[in-house]
Amino acid sequence: MVSTKKDNVLAVLSLSGGNDGLNTVIPYNSGLYRDYRPTLSIAENQVIPLNDELGLHPTMAPLKRFWDAGKLAIFLGIGYPSPSYSHFRSMDIWHTCEPDKVGVEGWLGQVIKEIDPNAENVLTGVNFGRGLPRALAKEGVPVASVGNLETYGLLTGIEGEDQRAQALDVFGRMYGPTIGSSYTLDYIRRTGTDALKGADILATAPDKYTSKVEYSATAIGQYMKNIAQTHLAEFGTRVLFTTSPYNGFDTHANQASDHARLWTDVSNTVETFFEDLRDHQASDNVLLFMFSEFGRRIVDNGSGTDHGASSVAFVVGEHVKGGVYGTYPSLEPSEQEEGGNLKSSMDFRSVYTTILEDWMHMDPVPIVGGNYEKIPFL
Amino acid sequence: MPEHDIALMAHLLRRAGFGASRAEIEAKAAQGYEAALAELLNPSSQPPIDEDLMLRYHPTYNHAGAIEINTQLWVYRMINSPRQLQEKMSLFWHMIFCAGHSKIDSGEEMGRMIGMFREHGMGNFRDLLVRLSTNPGMMYYLDNSESHKANLNENFGRELLELFSVGVGKDEEFNYSEDDVKACAHAFTGWNVAPAYPPFPYGRSPWQFRFDPADHDDGVKTFMGETGPWNGDDIIEIICKQPGTARYLSRHLYSFFVADEVPVPSWRQTPPKDPETIEKLEKAYFDSGYDLTEMLRVLFNSEGFKNARFAKVKNPAEMVVGTMRLVGEHRDEIKPGLFEISQEPKYMGMDLMNPPTVEGWHTGHEWIDSGTLVERINFAADYLGQTHLEGNQTMISNLMGQGASLSPQQFVEGCIDQVGCLNITDDTRQELLAHVQRGGDLSHGNDAERSEFVRRSGEMFQMLAATSEFQFE
Repeated sequence: MVSTKKDNVLAVLSLSGGNDGLNTVIPYNSGLYRDYRPTLSIAENQVIPLNDELGLHPTMAPLKRFWDAGKLAIFLGIGYPSPSYSHFRSMDIWHTCEPDKVGVEGWLGQVIKEIDPNAENVLTGVNFGRGLPRALAKEGVPVASVGNLETYGLLTGIEGEDQRAQALDVFGRMYGPTIGSSYTLDYIRRTGTDALKGADILATAPDKYTSKVEYSATAIGQYMKNIAQTHLAEFGTRVLFTTSPYNGFDTHANQASDHARLWTDVSNTVETFFEDLRDHQASDNVLLFMFSEFGRRIVDNGSGTDHGASSVAFVVGEHVKGGVYGTYPSLEPSEQEEGGNLKSSMDFRSVYTTILEDWMHMDPVPIVGGNYEKIPFL
Repeated sequence: MPEHDIALMAHLLRRAGFGASRAEIEAKAAQGYEAALAELLNPSSQPPIDEDLMLRYHPTYNHAGAIEINTQLWVYRMINSPRQLQEKMSLFWHMIFCAGHSKIDSGEEMGRMIGMFREHGMGNFRDLLVRLSTNPGMMYYLDNSESHKANLNENFGRELLELFSVGVGKDEEFNYSEDDVKACAHAFTGWNVAPAYPPFPYGRSPWQFRFDPADHDDGVKTFMGETGPWNGDDIIEIICKQPGTARYLSRHLYSFFVADEVPVPSWRQTPPKDPETIEKLEKAYFDSGYDLTEMLRVLFNSEGFKNARFAKVKNPAEMVVGTMRLVGEHRDEIKPGLFEISQEPKYMGMDLMNPPTVEGWHTGHEWIDSGTLVERINFAADYLGQTHLEGNQTMISNLMGQGASLSPQQFVEGCIDQVGCLNITDDTRQELLAHVQRGGDLSHGNDAERSEFVRRSGEMFQMLAATSEFQFE
């Protein structure tokens, strides 16, 4: 099946490192919040209120504008039972929907397979960043991992445009079909031809792109710009993924300034991204999902916070029914998850289920591994 | 020196190590196959790597907890260890005895586990299994720390049989029953780690193996037809006697060192690719009393091995480390950029110290998809194109040494030979030749010609790195 522009598109921004949900969507009236966060609580007069109980971190004014327009859905207490406090393991669980055993197939890899079972379009799914996150991994599903869209391609180490063009020409012919060679050699040549095709198509995206907006120079800003460029180039890409790098949200120390810097960047970038898409009349079919592998400990450690359990997640889009979904996990000591954490009150697979069924229009059950209640944000 | 000797030596050094520069290959070939192999099989004949040098530059690497530092140290060792086969065996065992950082969550424990493979991976297989079963990281990874006399967890017991020793079956027969799995798991109750996980509230300290007699089931068990009050080491003794273990281990050695085999789950039904070599390895296993070095000696001396050039797809560690060794980058000297190099295998689908599951990575052509192929080609081509690097310079001066003027054909053949005696198909050769012919003959009589010769050599090395044939080992 070849996608057209009108097909719905899912963009995912992974806030890797473990975002402190408690200081992102803040229960600003809670006395327990003030008690547990002697160093890191956000003053009530700085919080951007959403309602009488909850408010956003002061750096999130751009996201508040999506909220005001009814285009921001916030999920409270999102996580899964028996939380893992390991970045890698917990991220794997979010990527594979397998909390009990180690899974190898990513949920988005399965989505891409469902959309394009014969891998006819090598760009149905694209990742921005080096190395493939497990969310996109599935045997037989080609996904390009683009470190930098401006320079992406094969044989990028060859200096001189003419020389590289000649080398690519030779490459294209060297990877042509062979007669009577081994299965493996033939397979590698077919894969090389696909890769070259994908790279050739992707390379046209920055040239086709003109824009009135300026993304921040950070990795998040540039990767989100690459997502916009790829979407606007109309390659039929349906799944776009990127990761905020370096486990940046892992704020064990210096959280006050680091967390503020990160959310300034994410909030501004999301606004820039949608402004860019709207300028091109291309925002209508895009849903942006932002999540983190876990939240952080309720009590701060004097400078930062340690690994915790549930956190918050967000969906932004023109067709989102804005609002707060779920209930805020209690901060009462008796209600906490082991070790002083926020107990999960919503399974992330419920959000996936909703996205899969109501946005990507496919059966969520085999992908998330069971029946999960949908959340009415679409 | 006969070309054949050089090609055979290049093959041995690629497989029994992580490859070598052209100059090293020639020097070893002059020594002869037997002498080079004897050195590889006897790691202590070579000096150990100078780890103090690394730690002097990076004192914080000592007992580092971060996974990135531990993978970096390991990649540095792969590139620089004079004991190449020993280091290759540590990778071999890591790809079979799979445990990953994603669960263990301690770079230091992963580093210790790999260190154990390095130290004992060429010794006796029975001893190695005992060390594996007392390795705290593995005991935790496979939940043996959760397996109790009163409340059995079968995970380690099962994987020890299925993946680490005897395998599911051979010649279409099954090697063990579900009752054997249970007996095995019972025998390993009480094999635990201390301190217990999670490492709260005081943070982590290095794990130790701890046998807890009170939590050990010392009852009578029947395991693979033998009945007694078996403990874990008795189980290992019984496992090692099984013909299935000889077969399973031999097939793994063959698949890693000789030629890609079908995936492990089909080994019960699918006979070995090369039954003759497998039979020799099985015999060496029993004749030597499970000695791994003796199996390797038989393997590297077999015709099956010597004839299996380029019969394997390079794994990402081989691609990255082999390229570094060929071009002479990050060798001996400690300099910035090593961290990035150590991340490259991950970009190519092999996150070292963090295999996807206990079943390990899918190998052979499954290393390659359109994303990883771009990474592999760009990485190798990038380094092979840097003509100032020592390894590349040697290859270029060897090419110049072939004559005052080289025809395109001589040049293409010379490059194929210099970059590891590659096995290039005729159709690829034709394309390379057609490209070189457009530039005409190559000479190096004056500075301008020399610099053009160097440029065209770098370009040809890059194109060779981009061939489908270069993906093979």
